[in-house]
Amino acid sequence: MKNNKATFSKYLVSGVAALALTAGMATGASAAENGKFRVGIVTFLSGAAAGPFGVPSANAAKVLVEALNKGELPAPYDKMGINGVEIEAVIIDEAGGATKQVEEYRNLVQRQKVDAVIGYVSSGDCLAIAPVAEELKTFTIAYDCGTPRLFADNADAQYMFRTGLDASVDNIGAVRYLAATRPDVTRLSGIQQNYSWGQDSWADFTAAAAKLLPESEIVEEQFPKIYQGQYGAEISALSVKRPEIVHSSFWGGDMEALVLQANARGLLEDATGLLTCGEASFATYKDQAPNGMIIGARGPFGAFAPDNALNTWFKGAYTAAYDLDPVYPATKMAQAILGLKFAAENAGVADKEIPTAEQLASGIKGATFESVSGTVEMARANGHQAMQGITYGEYHYEDDKASIVNKVSFSGECVTPPEGVSAAEWIAEGFPGAQCN
Amino acid sequence: MTSLLAVLIDGSIYASWLFLVAAGLTVIYGVMRILNMAHGSFYAIGAYSAASLVGWYFNNGIGPAWISYLLLVGAALVAGLIVGVIVERGLLRLMYGRDEILMVIITYALLLILEDTMKIVWGVSPYFAYQPYTELGRTAFGLLKVSNYDLALVGVSAVLGLGLWAWLERTNQGKVLRAVIHDREIAVAMGVNVRLMFTITFVLGTTLGALAGALTAPAISVVPGIGIEVIVLAFAVVVIGGLGSIGGAAVGALLVGLSRAAAVHYAPEFELFVIYGVMSLVLAFRPEGLFGRTMARKI
Repeated sequence: MKNNKATFSKYLVSGVAALALTAGMATGASAAENGKFRVGIVTFLSGAAAGPFGVPSANAAKVLVEALNKGELPAPYDKMGINGVEIEAVIIDEAGGATKQVEEYRNLVQRQKVDAVIGYVSSGDCLAIAPVAEELKTFTIAYDCGTPRLFADNADAQYMFRTGLDASVDNIGAVRYLAATRPDVTRLSGIQQNYSWGQDSWADFTAAAAKLLPESEIVEEQFPKIYQGQYGAEISALSVKRPEIVHSSFWGGDMEALVLQANARGLLEDATGLLTCGEASFATYKDQAPNGMIIGARGPFGAFAPDNALNTWFKGAYTAAYDLDPVYPATKMAQAILGLKFAAENAGVADKEIPTAEQLASGIKGATFESVSGTVEMARANGHQAMQGITYGEYHYEDDKASIVNKVSFSGECVTPPEGVSAAEWIAEGFPGAQCN
Repeated sequence: MTSLLAVLIDGSIYASWLFLVAAGLTVIYGVMRILNMAHGSFYAIGAYSAASLVGWYFNNGIGPAWISYLLLVGAALVAGLIVGVIVERGLLRLMYGRDEILMVIITYALLLILEDTMKIVWGVSPYFAYQPYTELGRTAFGLLKVSNYDLALVGVSAVLGLGLWAWLERTNQGKVLRAVIHDREIAVAMGVNVRLMFTITFVLGTTLGALAGALTAPAISVVPGIGIEVIVLAFAVVVIGGLGSIGGAAVGALLVGLSRAAAVHYAPEFELFVIYGVMSLVLAFRPEGLFGRTMARKI
């Protein structure tokens, strides 16, 4: 809504900036020996995922890189650049599918000669990149994609890391939130985008609900096509089954359209919406989402990030640059960049030396580092996968101001399967070993 | 019983939206024999124009809500007119007489150009213009609550369809246009300014596409790529009805709308399949579509 106020000159400036970036990329191919720490940043700059995920992520990367190069971050990241070396970011578009992304990745590594790659919103892209990262022996951080298969399919990964959480955590956390705040709900329903993300999310949610809310039943499930935009029939089908909860893993424009249409038709008054990615549109709902709608941020990110020195600095810097609060994809990008800086400075190399990919990997594998979202433990997938807690809360809009109330947090050990156990097995066995406060 | 009522209501609403999207596509093909791949971009331009204008109107608290409905239509008319004239005069006019397949490729190239142009003009962040959608409230049919805006869309679609039919069948200009449809060469020989008719038709088609986008904008988040999503559906509808037939587009939209709504309520796992299932069935028995006419090829 705020975007409607944007002026043509703003877009002109953006266009000129994009051209400048493109020109920089074009001349950067021969700059591998320029002494800078070159990082490939891959996220959606076009297509439907650009607005909700890619642009906030790219913006976060720009804020972080600029501030790190000036040594403006709070401790323990107050050293200039990465290990004293100036950072040069090469930001490219994730759009185009997995095959194109593999080509782009090879280009980044072999022609642009990046020292590390951070990227990937799409799980399909993550799965395609992981074996190539191993082949090219390039230190790579998956910052957002949620597929649990990333390390299940690449169990011997040496160079691939993920500083965000996998999708199972979202849905186990969502059910735990319901069990904690609405233990008497019995009529559950769901609407998911009809591809692996939506189907996997629903499978995890329903399996967890069967264990944690044993009296509940699934009264309706809908799987419309991704980017469909119009959900009239699906909302009717859900409405007539009178659910108490409507779970959705929708994201981006689809999620915003669903909330708008379902709220206008009273579905979200009669039932409580539960959106696992809901925080990404926190700033845009305004009075078009009902108070009490449950939203998540796929971890302690965005509006759920804690009040620590790093996050306070990040929120201030991001808001100053873009006049918007950072949403969860922005926080996740910031976390990945801090993870890279930590890896480099924990690699045991001399000051102002660029570590090798192997040294970067050893610097972060199984480590614990501080981030904008709190403490991150690389405690799963042989030290390659982050483990953190997750928080859910209820959207509340009053006096033209949005907030999140009734927040409940669950520790990483409460929502993450133990090492070597898949989420499906862990849920089916009733969450053995879960440590919930 | 509630589900049956819901199927009828949902199916009608979806069909009316499909008809709005498909009408411009079929008008352009009927007269100009151009399978316009860029039609989805005209839809998106209409949506962006309307969302920008209505968003600006409400953000600045300029006046009453009812004016926003005029702004929706006005934005579509202006956007459709400008884009239609530029594309027809600046590009298509240079290509008339070429093979139909070449025109498909040209309009596909145009789609790619327009998609990037929209990103330059409007950026990649979502646009909202929800006030016209929520302002009209809703009507309850038992357990089912339906947006009045969606119900109004059924009326708009019906009026538009009847208006198009009346224009083609009951006006002199419509008769001239039908003469062009039947035989372009004879129409030229009889003194019809075919190029002018092409311009009028193309601008009408782009404006219909933009209007569909503008009327959809209040119910969705306007984001890059929305035009590409609708073009596939629009093609399915006009292929079922018969390329170039307004009545066919209406019947095709109804068939798809009701079938899809029935699938969503009774067999959601077939929801994606059913649209193309209906299309395949129709084409198996009537390859030219329900209302399409088989024509002898001129050699």
